[in-house]
Amino acid sequence: MAVTDVTPNGPGSAHDDSAPKVALLNNPEIRGWLFQVVLAVVVAYLAYSGWKNMNANLQAAGIASGWAFLNNNAGFAISQSLIEYNQASSTYGRVYLVGLINTLVVAVIGVILATIIGFLIGVARLSKNWMVSRLAAVYVESLRNIPLLLQIFIWYFGVLRLLPQPRDGLDFGFFGLLNNRGYFAPKPVWGDGAIYTLYAFIAACVIAWGIGRWARARQMATGQIFPAFWVGFAVIVLLPVIVFLAAGAPLTWDVPVAGGFRPKGGMTIIPEYIAMLVALSTYTATYIAEIVRAGILAVSKGQTEAAHALGLRSGPTLRLVIIPQALRIIIPPLTNQYLNLTKNSSLAVAIAYPELTSVFAGTALNQTGQAVEIISLTMLTYLTISLLTSAFMNWYNSRVALVER
Amino acid sequence: MKKLMLTGVLGVVTLAIAGSAAASAATLDDVKAKGFVQCGVSQGLPGFSNPDANGNWSGMDVDLCRAVAAAIFGNGDAVKFTPLSAKERFTALQSGEIDLLSRNTTWTMSRDTQLGLNFAGVNYYDGQGFMIRTSMNINSALELSGASICTNTGTTTELNVADYFRANNMEYELVAFEKSDEVVAAYDAGRCDVYTTDQSGLYAQRLKLTNPGEHKVLPEIISKEPLGPVVRQGDDQWFNIVKWAHIATVNAEELGITQANVDEMAAGDNPAAKRLLGTEGEFGAGIGLSNDWAANIIKAVGNYGEIFNRNVGPDTPLGIARGINALWSKGGLQYGPPVR
Amino acid sequence: MSDRPHTAGIAYVRHDMLSEQPAPSTSRGIVAWLRESLFSSIPYTLLTLLCLYILYVIIPPMVEFLFTDAVWTGADRAACATQAQGGMQPDGWFGACWAYVGAYTNQFVYGRYPDAEQWRVNVVAVMFFGGLVPLLIPAAPFKRENIVFMAIVFPVATLILLTGGHFAVGGLYVPLLIAAVLVLAVVFAFAKLSESDPMPGLRSAGLLFVALAVLLFILGFDFGLRPVGTSRWGGLLVTMVIALTGIVASLPIGIALALGRRSAMPIVRFASIVFIEFWRGVPLITVLFMSSVMLPLFLPEGVSFDKLLRALIGVALFSSAYMAEVVRGGIQALPKGQYEGAMALGLNWTQMMRKIILPQALKLVIPGIVNSFIALFKDTTLVLIIGLFDFLGQIQSSYSDPAWSSPVQSLTGYFFAAFIYFIFCFSMSRYSQFMERKLDTGHKR
Repeated sequence: MAVTDVTPNGPGSAHDDSAPKVALLNNPEIRGWLFQVVLAVVVAYLAYSGWKNMNANLQAAGIASGWAFLNNNAGFAISQSLIEYNQASSTYGRVYLVGLINTLVVAVIGVILATIIGFLIGVARLSKNWMVSRLAAVYVESLRNIPLLLQIFIWYFGVLRLLPQPRDGLDFGFFGLLNNRGYFAPKPVWGDGAIYTLYAFIAACVIAWGIGRWARARQMATGQIFPAFWVGFAVIVLLPVIVFLAAGAPLTWDVPVAGGFRPKGGMTIIPEYIAMLVALSTYTATYIAEIVRAGILAVSKGQTEAAHALGLRSGPTLRLVIIPQALRIIIPPLTNQYLNLTKNSSLAVAIAYPELTSVFAGTALNQTGQAVEIISLTMLTYLTISLLTSAFMNWYNSRVALVER
Repeated sequence: MKKLMLTGVLGVVTLAIAGSAAASAATLDDVKAKGFVQCGVSQGLPGFSNPDANGNWSGMDVDLCRAVAAAIFGNGDAVKFTPLSAKERFTALQSGEIDLLSRNTTWTMSRDTQLGLNFAGVNYYDGQGFMIRTSMNINSALELSGASICTNTGTTTELNVADYFRANNMEYELVAFEKSDEVVAAYDAGRCDVYTTDQSGLYAQRLKLTNPGEHKVLPEIISKEPLGPVVRQGDDQWFNIVKWAHIATVNAEELGITQANVDEMAAGDNPAAKRLLGTEGEFGAGIGLSNDWAANIIKAVGNYGEIFNRNVGPDTPLGIARGINALWSKGGLQYGPPVR
Repeated sequence: MSDRPHTAGIAYVRHDMLSEQPAPSTSRGIVAWLRESLFSSIPYTLLTLLCLYILYVIIPPMVEFLFTDAVWTGADRAACATQAQGGMQPDGWFGACWAYVGAYTNQFVYGRYPDAEQWRVNVVAVMFFGGLVPLLIPAAPFKRENIVFMAIVFPVATLILLTGGHFAVGGLYVPLLIAAVLVLAVVFAFAKLSESDPMPGLRSAGLLFVALAVLLFILGFDFGLRPVGTSRWGGLLVTMVIALTGIVASLPIGIALALGRRSAMPIVRFASIVFIEFWRGVPLITVLFMSSVMLPLFLPEGVSFDKLLRALIGVALFSSAYMAEVVRGGIQALPKGQYEGAMALGLNWTQMMRKIILPQALKLVIPGIVNSFIALFKDTTLVLIIGLFDFLGQIQSSYSDPAWSSPVQSLTGYFFAAFIYFIFCFSMSRYSQFMERKLDTGHKR
């Protein structure tokens, strides 16, 4: 109740030693509401005058406002797009989508890589091997103390300088070509009947899940252990392969061929993407490593000893005792790092990787001049991604936390 | 809590001070009141607007700013420069941060009509070109199908490339950077086969490459890029001052007035020169300036030919020929309406 | 114990103490250490060898590039280019060009700040470190005076020294007078309505306005310094200005937001949460874009902000949201008994926060604040994208100087930048860890 008491920095703060008379304004609730009303009015006024100024300025400048520009033809090229994009006929709305997808592509792969590297380094820092733990510490301390943007520049221009020109690029035969225009990978071309392989894969996943449930139930009932993981793994691998072969292996590869300015055919992974991915994941991994280390250290030694006393070997101890408890500590800060990585992907604007900020808040903004609409939409998009990720991780976290008694 | 409040108030006051009131109806009055012209220029483009190590600006666009300042104050140094990115330039002008934008800006219809801006002339007729490595043995832009092309965003260049390659049925990969320094770095590192921007820009940026001699500019020009100074719409007097500051330099070249002989010519007997230099007639009053406005311009920066040769001409590192920027009487496009 | 005498005559019982023996040679000294920490098992040995290989791949080329092959002196690009590139190094040479860094050091630190005026930047730096170092050492005396110096004298002096002062504040005296009258009237009316003594309130409000008037006078006073526009600032100067302004401005806003988020007043809480979550949910670069292309549109016609100031506003808003969460962590870490104790003493909310909660909470979050500062310091590099020349931006812009252009130039510059940033951030993070240990009052298991 006392928290509602006095306005924090309103004029009332001068009344610290007022006599305890019960005047209307000394009622904490009324004071609280008075302060809130003043705050609301001030915020509303600021918003209103900003809006009014904006309209006046836009009108004076003769800039049309509104979202109609999203249907206009963009007319410029984008170096990487996973969806159909044609500079002649695609609209600014399409540009937004291309940018958003490119952001997600670098963010999702980056999160996966950063998690793998981060866990490895985090565990390595706790290793009893002096060399390994020192090296991991040096990695963490050096990379996290250098600005990410600088690392992106170093990776990008460093990688560009190291890779050869297309005419004397590296040729891995079937596995594609590598030069400073990017990595040109063979592209799978699916024939008729390939879809059955996908069906088989889905079915195999369902079966593996069923086996896992059954094995667990049997272990609970009888104590017998069934190697559910390996069996499930085998099913997931073998079933699609069998179906694939039965359908007559309907897959050919479009292998890139060197020639002219750039190789023809195949899939291109542009150097900007590689640089972004490497920089984002190695940088974020330093933070994840520290989180993992802290999480593991936070599980008390007694837990390990108790598990050993119960006869668990070190593998199951780690898997069944330490990690579940550590995860509970790790996940909330880990979520933050995932969000940071996603937001940091916007630094791609500095090296021309065509993600949301670069292609939409950059090129599209420059071409249309619709600053208010484009910047707002970009910020809202990031905000939505952030809120959705936090919501998902909160849900997951609450599930993990439920294990607690 | 009081400290909090104090900090808040301090912040507001600082903001209020730093926010300089500018640009009401009469830009000329504002400029006269503050004593200098605030001029928006590029962040560094040799030959057009480039700061040296001591922060002194030089270039053709910079000389235009100086010409305007000289016309108003009789002093070509009464200018302050605001370096602007391509993205910021129009907002800066619209919001009154600068009085005049002289930043190799292409005059297009949509910019002239939809952004509340006015183009006050063309101080450099340019066109978009391509630069490639000489080792590639390419002599025409039509051989560029499949090439990777570096450029910077926020310009008409991206759209011109798209149009040109589409019209000629060629493929390409566009890598668009936010800043021109990064474009140069990426091109220099071999990320792209081609660097495209205005031809004048190519000559200027070539100086920044590791080995300028290993690169050449292709002959094709794929677009019209009339570059010129820009002012806000709705202030005709200011518009006229900027427009005529440029015209004065062109007319001076045509009349043979140079920085060296300006006083002679003012006292001489060529009526056109005397009208321009203010020893005959009352033309300065028409744009709210003193009668020797044009004489001050020539004294400060010289005539158009001198400006051109000093900044980008054949004897400078850029080494650009006059070409279409020659006077109309010499087969070029620079044509100044008469002072009459 | 008791049967000791009985063993006296038994031959196989030892009677005299053996002197200490050294441990076996395999379990002591460097050999044992090597065995235990590097080669205790086959996987460990393999790991160690792998690490050694990684070091072998990374270290020698780095040393060659940075030291043995590097060029330390030279007048222009010829010193750092191979003969094929028109220089004097042998073909195939690849080393850092420290001569170029040396030639540009002045620009990297001051940007294009005029040479004759650089003493002003130096004075600011001396004032800053002179004030900061005693503040950081927990044992140093005069903390209160020092804080007053750093919070009031230093910012004003910095503003005047760096820009040259002599602001056009003449027009602000009248509005200030009007505001003073209005505020005093409101304070008086408020006191009357709540039936308390108006004097203390009037006095503090009056003092505030006198202070503001003095401040205005100082800002408007002509100290005879040559004005230096912010477009000439650059390098480390801009990096420090942005990072410090960001952190200093974010502290009060962050504290207010943290209190707001913990408040029981619904509108206040809602507004704080929306503000915090919004800024935390968007990337800084979009905030900078917003402040550079969108903010001017929201201002009344004719009002415009300096480009650097706009970036500062964006950075301050952004970092205050993070600061709010740091401070909230500190407030939440305090046991409930502190609140209850304060209330039991009859303190009102302001007194409780000012005298009990915030002093403890802020002390707790010092490491957090330092960490935010490190993050902010690294994030200042982003301003180069909107065309300001911070330290990294200044280094990048020097690449376009034909006098030094060579293939090793950019790599040298980036290494130099990385080194400087590392020095700053690493020492700050060490300080933060030191404070963390110091403030940890020992509840470890």
